[in-house]
Amino acid sequence: MVHIYKKIKGIYWKMKVIMVVIPIISLIFAAFNGKMSELSAGIISKSGEAVELVISLCGIMCFWCGLMRVAERAGLTEKLARLLSPVVCALFRGLPKGSKAVGLITMNLAANILGLGNASTPLGIAAMRELSDIEHADEYATDNMILLAVLNTASLQVIPATAAALRTANGAENPFDILPCVWIVSVYAAVVAVVAAKIMGRIARKRGEH
Amino acid sequence: MTDFTDWIIPSITVAVFVYAAIKRVDVFEAFCEGAADGLKTCVDILPALVLLLVCIGMFRASGAVEALTTLLRPLCNAVGFPTEVMPLVILRPFSGSGAMAVYNDIAAAVGTDTFAERVAAVLIGSSETTFYTVAVYFSAVRVKKTRYAVPAALTADLTAWIVCGFTIFAFFGN
Repeated sequence: MVHIYKKIKGIYWKMKVIMVVIPIISLIFAAFNGKMSELSAGIISKSGEAVELVISLCGIMCFWCGLMRVAERAGLTEKLARLLSPVVCALFRGLPKGSKAVGLITMNLAANILGLGNASTPLGIAAMRELSDIEHADEYATDNMILLAVLNTASLQVIPATAAALRTANGAENPFDILPCVWIVSVYAAVVAVVAAKIMGRIARKRGEH
Repeated sequence: MTDFTDWIIPSITVAVFVYAAIKRVDVFEAFCEGAADGLKTCVDILPALVLLLVCIGMFRASGAVEALTTLLRPLCNAVGFPTEVMPLVILRPFSGSGAMAVYNDIAAAVGTDTFAERVAAVLIGSSETTFYTVAVYFSAVRVKKTRYAVPAALTADLTAWIVCGFTIFAFFGN
């Protein structure tokens, strides 16, 4: 993840702005509200809290990543990918069944669903390159490329391991009691994202844009 | 409801191990490899998390969070959304570890197993770092104009939080 992070300047720029703006606003507000001692104490205690948080997250993150690696080794990603193939063929326009692009896209989505973040990103990037090649993309993204990106911004994973780990770290009684809600919201977000992409694509085509 | 969710993780764990054993996978080796990866991820996010927790903590301690939530209260009340979670809605598309820091801040302020805390957790679990993801995927190809990719993804993000509030309300009450 870190090596990809370094490549991306745009998002870094946005974070840089947030990182500068938040402390400035905080300082001003603390001065007005007479809360400078709380601000000062907060900086010191929060640094320690970050370490505590990571330590309490570490166990469940290791367990989950380990379990999912076992699932991957056993061929579950491929199996899920095969199930997803008809859906992908229906959503993406003009991709022949059994083509390399469909294979990469289904594997990317399957890895997403299983929560294999480290595996899904390289697969998605490979799928993006393949789409760019077969659709002869210039500097404008094609409809299929946008659909792939949009599907990846909708978190499709079945078990939200990070959210559960965070809840455990904060002492939730049953960290997984939110699962049905997470599924509903995830599916909602994915459907809305796809429908929005399809509608926006159609409008762009009507206007005769790329 | 809780009974059903209690079953999910143990069932998945057993199912994966049994399936892997049938497929003759070296379960122990594969597990340790994956776990080492998980450990590496945790170590990798620590430096960013220190900075983000401090920034979010400063924002909270200075009283700026209260000012922001007061400003957004009318909008939140209109759709029955917990105002405390609004900073998370705003930061979520930009930064994954930032969202973790904000979640922690919210959970500490309102307590776990409350309406607002559950809404925040569902938001983390059901959305992605949109700007980051779009940037990663398009950085791999020559594309410079992402056209409607961000608007389409944000349409989902900007409505999901309302649905999030409704679902939690439906399942757990206020």
